[in-house]
Amino acid sequence: MELLFEKSRKGRRCDLLPPLDVPPAHLMAGMEREIPLDLPELSEVDLTRHYSALERRAHGVNNGFYPLGSCTMKYNPRINEELAALPGFTGVHPTQSADTAQGCLEVLYLAEELLCEITGMDAMTFQPAAGAHGEFTALLMVKKYHLDRGDTARTKILVPDSAHGTNPASAAMCGFTVVNVPSNPEGGVDLAALRAAAGPDTAALMLTNPNTLGLFDPNILEITQIVHDAGGLCYYDGANLNAVMGVVRPGDMGFDLVHLNLHKTFSTPHGGGGPGSGPVGCKKFLKDFLPVFHVEEGADGLEFRDPAKSIGSVKGFYGNFTVVVKALSYILTLGAQGIPEAAKGAVLNANYLREQLRGTYDIAYGDGPCMHEFVLTLHDLKKQTGVSAMDVAKALIDHGIHPPTMYFPLIVEEALMFEPTETESRETLDEAAAVLRDIRAQADADPEALHAAPHHAPISRPDEVKAARHPVLRYTPPEDQA
Amino acid sequence: MGSYQPSTQAERQAMLEAIGCQSMDDLYAQVPPEMRLDHLDLPDGKSELEVRRVLEGIAAKNTVFPSVFRGAGAYKHYIPAIVKSVTGKETFLTAYTPYQAELSQGVLQSIFEYQTMICALTGMDASNASIYDGASAAAEAAAMCRDRKRSTVLLSAAAHPMVRRTVETYCFGNGMEVKTVPVKNGFTDAQALTDLLDDTVACFYLQQPNYFGRIESARELGEAAHAAGAKFIMGVNPIAMAVLKTPGECGADIAVGEGQPLGMPLSFGGPYLGFMAATAALTRKLPGRIVGETTDHDGRRAYVLTLQAREQHIRREKASSNVCSNQALCAMTAAVYLAAMGPDGLRQAAESCMAHARYAAQKVCDVPGFDMVYPGPYFHEFVTTCPCKPEKLLAGLAKRGILGPLPLEDGNLLWCATEMNTRDEIDALEQAIREVV
Repeated sequence: MELLFEKSRKGRRCDLLPPLDVPPAHLMAGMEREIPLDLPELSEVDLTRHYSALERRAHGVNNGFYPLGSCTMKYNPRINEELAALPGFTGVHPTQSADTAQGCLEVLYLAEELLCEITGMDAMTFQPAAGAHGEFTALLMVKKYHLDRGDTARTKILVPDSAHGTNPASAAMCGFTVVNVPSNPEGGVDLAALRAAAGPDTAALMLTNPNTLGLFDPNILEITQIVHDAGGLCYYDGANLNAVMGVVRPGDMGFDLVHLNLHKTFSTPHGGGGPGSGPVGCKKFLKDFLPVFHVEEGADGLEFRDPAKSIGSVKGFYGNFTVVVKALSYILTLGAQGIPEAAKGAVLNANYLREQLRGTYDIAYGDGPCMHEFVLTLHDLKKQTGVSAMDVAKALIDHGIHPPTMYFPLIVEEALMFEPTETESRETLDEAAAVLRDIRAQADADPEALHAAPHHAPISRPDEVKAARHPVLRYTPPEDQA
Repeated sequence: MGSYQPSTQAERQAMLEAIGCQSMDDLYAQVPPEMRLDHLDLPDGKSELEVRRVLEGIAAKNTVFPSVFRGAGAYKHYIPAIVKSVTGKETFLTAYTPYQAELSQGVLQSIFEYQTMICALTGMDASNASIYDGASAAAEAAAMCRDRKRSTVLLSAAAHPMVRRTVETYCFGNGMEVKTVPVKNGFTDAQALTDLLDDTVACFYLQQPNYFGRIESARELGEAAHAAGAKFIMGVNPIAMAVLKTPGECGADIAVGEGQPLGMPLSFGGPYLGFMAATAALTRKLPGRIVGETTDHDGRRAYVLTLQAREQHIRREKASSNVCSNQALCAMTAAVYLAAMGPDGLRQAAESCMAHARYAAQKVCDVPGFDMVYPGPYFHEFVTTCPCKPEKLLAGLAKRGILGPLPLEDGNLLWCATEMNTRDEIDALEQAIREVV
């Protein structure tokens, strides 16, 4: 399909702005742009057709099942979009005085109160724009907390080997050394290895529970105790909170800090990769280290205050504000009963789909019940038939199903990680299971067809090696190409 | 009320039985019973209509000013109707990061087009798919410039205070030292910059136009940085790029900026867009997602996420950054905005900003006690003196539906005008100021 630049025609335009009603102003010589401004020239109908064509070449939750593990692709309620687009929110300048922005401050204040109850934390910041940004923010708080106590020896962050890649990357950005903690045969944290790793140099443990295998670690209280006994803090990666919200709280598991992904657990859409929102909650003893602009009650209503020992600012202003509006709308809709009901529905759907696949595919760590997601291992299938996790994932595309997360977690060979979420019906799960059984049968009958899948997508498999070896990162007109 | 689950209670019970469980508690067997909650202390769930009423009520507590003469990092511009219509499309809204290229060509192509337009705007070679906002983009850019010998960041004091604060916060994390280049007459002090440059300096960050609206001699300052072996980062206003010399023309190694003016509403500070582009030499150091062109198995043009060996899901603690989710839909917003405006439209917007700012400055300074603090050209922001307490002026203007200028620490006022401020509105502003002071 053609690019905007290839559809561009000289002199074509949309008429959007009026002629000047004041005298023109000019720059001084030497300040002006001299190179041409190579933006496409298009009419409005060109644009609407272009983006409609692009939309047909994409897949969203509205198009079909999207069981992408660890991403919680649940339905994104439309009411949330409408409320976040209210002019009373979108029209507010971020530097308006507090008395003219009480509504915005109330959104942040209320969302903090509700999310603190859900997580068992005492205070929260909404400044981080995404989950990884929240991890980074929380680890800066960890760093400042230890330094503030005069403890300069705590330079290490403990990370299980099943963790998301953002965990070690965030730790490195904060100047910490990463210590990998191996998993035990049951898929949980190896307690002996954790005991050996924890010590006077431990700044914190980063843990996702349930973890990326979809398993709740039953030793969680012992795990957090080991880290606390060593003088470290416990940080909860909230990527998988959807499985347990309203059932058990990170604060009650012994965690001191938590980040949430409002774009996963609290139904705000992913937008093709953002904007998300990654609020960080903490226990009272860490509140003084939160980023600037914490909403508090003052004499004349709500106002921003900078915590006494704040780490500073991880971005401009107060976070992805209208994303918080969407999450607030969701939490108010679900309420005290709906929140745990959603978690239980997610766990039920994952277990149901997993049972439909048992016997057809090997389940990694599949003895007990899973939480909101589960991992298949196609190691034996690949050995027997040559059909890989990638092949099965790509074959799903031909059936209108978005592939699960592939080759993650790293501790499972030929991994496929499924997270159906609570907003899928039994029919959808049955249909997906049937498709996966058909694909399994095809692996014996016609493995070649699976190696070449997908067959009905806008493109077949792309050459990723070529893309990385000879990067073409922008359009260059044919006449300018060497 | 409800939780958007399609399955009925009866269906859920049947599913439980199908997997051999009696109750939901069986599924949570791994959770130690003493930790389980018996209830959440939250309000009861609400119907859609009730939630709408609650949030409309909260929104109504805000003041939305019909007339805005303030920027300072967040700018009110015209948003073409096509922008909202395209970015509101359900599929774009609800898709995830385009890991699966075969199913995500639409999203990938739109990012590729965005990257191309950011390169065109800034005069740079390569753009990433976006960063959280302008301030975090500046901080990521500074981190890109670090090498074994050079770990000092020089920040212009004429950069936005929030950008400076964000860079300082990131540097608290990664251990880079931050030094501030002072301001002289509203410009970054060139002599002070030269004095601060040594062989430990990794980069120098300059904002153009600067926080006070002034147009810096960017090329000369950049040359000074380069002469000392440091990289040169420019933080630029994207609308101004239609008329001002680009970072590419000024010799910048990295261009970043706040993309909010490109079709995003004020929204109390977010979501906004951090754009980020670099020279070819620094491409592989860019953080976050990058889309590249390739071919598929059948030789057709295709787009993929590429250069992933930089990224956290491959490199873990050795990654160039931890960025995972970025601001994809905001990047698409910027792309649709730029495509709708086109080269002529964007230039028209920029020229309209300059003309209305000039007219506003004249009208404001016609009132006794208001004088321009700095001589010389500016883009769409300028600083004046204030003959009264700024709070008094702002309160008076607010009563008349006007969001007035941002008071600076020294008691002066930072004003802004864009294509949204008509001549009549500016005349009314002058009248209002006279009534208030």
